[in-house]
Amino acid sequence: MAQPASKDEVHVEHTGHHEPTSLWSKYIFSQDHKVIALQYTITALLVGGVGMVFSWLIRLQLGFPGQFSFIQPENYLQFVTQHGMIMVVYLLTALLLGGFGNYLIPLMIGARDMAFPFLNMLSYWTYLISVILLFVGLWDATGAGWTLYPPQSALPGASPGAEWGIRFMLISLAVFVASATMGGLNYVTTVLQARAKGMTLMRMPLSVWGIFVAAALALLAFPALFVGGVMLLLDNMAGTSFFIPVVNLFGRQLGHEGGNPILFQHLFWYFGHPEVYIVILPAMGIVSDIIANRARKPIFGYKAMILSILAIGGISFVVWAHHMFVSGMNPYFGYWFAVATLAIAIPSAVKTYNWLLTLWKGNLHFSTAMLYAIGFVSTFVAGGLTGLFLGNIVVDVPLTDTYFVVGHFHLVMGVSAIFGIFAGIYYWFPKACGRMMSEAMGKIHFWVTFIGAYLIFFPMYWLGFSGVPRRYYSFSGIDTLPPSLNGLNAFMTVVALVVGAAQLVFAFNLIWSAIKGKKASANPWQATTLEWQTPTTPPPHGNWGPNEPIVYRWAYDYSVPGADEDYIPQTVDGVPARAGAKR
Amino acid sequence: MGYLRQAAPCYKIATIMQGIALAIVSILFVVVAVVVTVSGIWWLPPLASNWGALDTMLIITLIVTGVAFIGVNVALAYFLWRYRSRQGMKATFLPEHHRLEKWLIVLTGIGIVILVAPGLFVYSNFIRPPQDALVVEVLSQQWFWSYRYPGQDGKLGGVNPKLINADNPFGIDLADPASQDDVLISPGGQLHLPVGKPVLLELRSKDVLHSFYVPQFRIKMDTVPGLVTRIWVTPTETGTFEVLCAELCGIGHFNMQGHLIVESETEYQKWLTEQPTVSQTMGATMK
Repeated sequence: MAQPASKDEVHVEHTGHHEPTSLWSKYIFSQDHKVIALQYTITALLVGGVGMVFSWLIRLQLGFPGQFSFIQPENYLQFVTQHGMIMVVYLLTALLLGGFGNYLIPLMIGARDMAFPFLNMLSYWTYLISVILLFVGLWDATGAGWTLYPPQSALPGASPGAEWGIRFMLISLAVFVASATMGGLNYVTTVLQARAKGMTLMRMPLSVWGIFVAAALALLAFPALFVGGVMLLLDNMAGTSFFIPVVNLFGRQLGHEGGNPILFQHLFWYFGHPEVYIVILPAMGIVSDIIANRARKPIFGYKAMILSILAIGGISFVVWAHHMFVSGMNPYFGYWFAVATLAIAIPSAVKTYNWLLTLWKGNLHFSTAMLYAIGFVSTFVAGGLTGLFLGNIVVDVPLTDTYFVVGHFHLVMGVSAIFGIFAGIYYWFPKACGRMMSEAMGKIHFWVTFIGAYLIFFPMYWLGFSGVPRRYYSFSGIDTLPPSLNGLNAFMTVVALVVGAAQLVFAFNLIWSAIKGKKASANPWQATTLEWQTPTTPPPHGNWGPNEPIVYRWAYDYSVPGADEDYIPQTVDGVPARAGAKR
Repeated sequence: MGYLRQAAPCYKIATIMQGIALAIVSILFVVVAVVVTVSGIWWLPPLASNWGALDTMLIITLIVTGVAFIGVNVALAYFLWRYRSRQGMKATFLPEHHRLEKWLIVLTGIGIVILVAPGLFVYSNFIRPPQDALVVEVLSQQWFWSYRYPGQDGKLGGVNPKLINADNPFGIDLADPASQDDVLISPGGQLHLPVGKPVLLELRSKDVLHSFYVPQFRIKMDTVPGLVTRIWVTPTETGTFEVLCAELCGIGHFNMQGHLIVESETEYQKWLTEQPTVSQTMGATMK
């Protein structure tokens, strides 16, 4: 070739795959991690919107029982089941790993793309198929709760929707596991193999650490869900008895024998508990980076933060049966699972202290991303501390299966994880779209959502103390429960609708800012990490242009004494070497 | 939408206000939480069993976590107010502080031990029923509770879920002599218990999972088809209590209430002797 190498050719040399030119391969079947990240994010947000509508329907029934004739017990239980499953798996897991994982890993570690771009694309499309399958199943009721406990979920007739509703959900989950496995392999491999020169593991931003460990947990935990789901599907459709003993349903002997319902619970929670951390670890990482940046201060105790991520990840695999203290499992299991569960509070507390101590003596800038990051810390504490009730068996017994649990997990992993997501979106939107999000709309969104979340979920603790059981269609005629329950429920419902309306402000802000927002500079938050040092914003295909970045320091050189600016990007070599170079 | 961009000049002030507002709101949450807890508007239903130790553990946990909650929020509010960005301000470069970190971990560790050690001590009693406990069987089905008493011999007869049918709703093995004097309380019937006497409940389920829950007793235990699960309690107050189902069991879950009557030993014995035994009710099917 006589002609001088075009930009494309230089580029191809570095990325290993051609920059796509057609609309089709650029935006639809793209292998670019940034496009796939946006596809994941948009899909997951839309799916989350559906999950939110289900939560409104649940709240309408609870707040104004009997006022809405279309909400019958079977619909109500369907809303409960779908809301839980959609939010935990199809929104939070997909958005934090598929969305943030895809966008941030290559950009933050200085790679040109994921290790396996084709597999990455396949992961998204597999996810989309799982979403479609889940939604197809919506025509049937699916009323076994998101935990899908057999025998109820396996016996057509025992539960509304135990036929096609549950079956579609199980098939969809199996497909989702395939998608998450492809994604997880990619994220782990990319972090281990594709880091830029100088980007040692101990220089990585905590966002990458959180996503990396969460992806590893996903690879180890999701197979248990897959196995449990396949066996449950066989019990449901093929008449096997993995989880079904001799059962007499409405006077009918069903011919099952020899199965054990508790086995499913072990498989489910062997996945289900790490799943909580699969969702929360990336959010913790994102929040750590945003707090450090907006406090203009290094994250406090970086090494302790990494060690606690690893400790939480490790211990999360040996605490699962704390969901089963009254399940009828061997009571001696309780000793171990209580001790392990309360032990996990220590690394979680370390993280909380370190966020607070990062604020200490900082220079705090309250952009919307920062407000949500602090909101995360607040709800994580308000939700996490009540884990100490539920992890300690004798305190758990009166409270389990009451609204105390609903309040606990919504605050600690629902609201917190969503706040982590919102913080991340407000923070990285300028990089992804090249425009700033409206701060005014962002603040309206934050204040309504933050205060609203407390007003909805905080009172649930006291309802739990009063003994109010969860997953109840109606509380009428139960004398044990306090009569003020109804007024409180109506109040929570009104707040939930208002918070829902605030999410429309967020949706509008996303669309409006993407089109009309103020043009973003390359590094509007004056951040140190690599994604803000790209040659153009949004970053080009292949991320770095001709020269890959070289990393000289850790991710947290904020307000280094002697430096001119209050931040030193990771790509800057030399003076002042004091803080960064030795790290 | 132009005004959104015009808002830029006052953005700085607005941004500083955010920190102060967030500090105030954090303190407000703490105040409301403390007031609601102390006022007792929503609190545990009055205790009616021997499991006061569970309430004590719950209160210890509430105090330990309450102190942490207040501490964290006060620190958070102070930092948000004190270190909000102002003209010419600089952050202090402070990447770690080993001694502080160590003390915080030790303090947290102590808090955890204060919770888990007595918790497990109480638990060891919780799972060890007294030898002389009265044994009563609880049988659940969609969406009713039924009960079986051992009768004069103090022993529940054998059961087999395969034997369950319309005539034999408990699946009783009629060949077992211990079955003959068992007393059956059919679905929807009331559970009678003597006050002050430990009771070991043996729980079974015919169909799906349920959970036997009496809020005033503080106990809760799942019923699982194919298994017998156990929980024990000593009722300490006479009166009528509700049995709720605490494990999702289908569309009637919310409506699966039963009633439980705690009465004096003599009243209980009188009631029990009035109930027909298995040999009386199912005598015909025995042959």
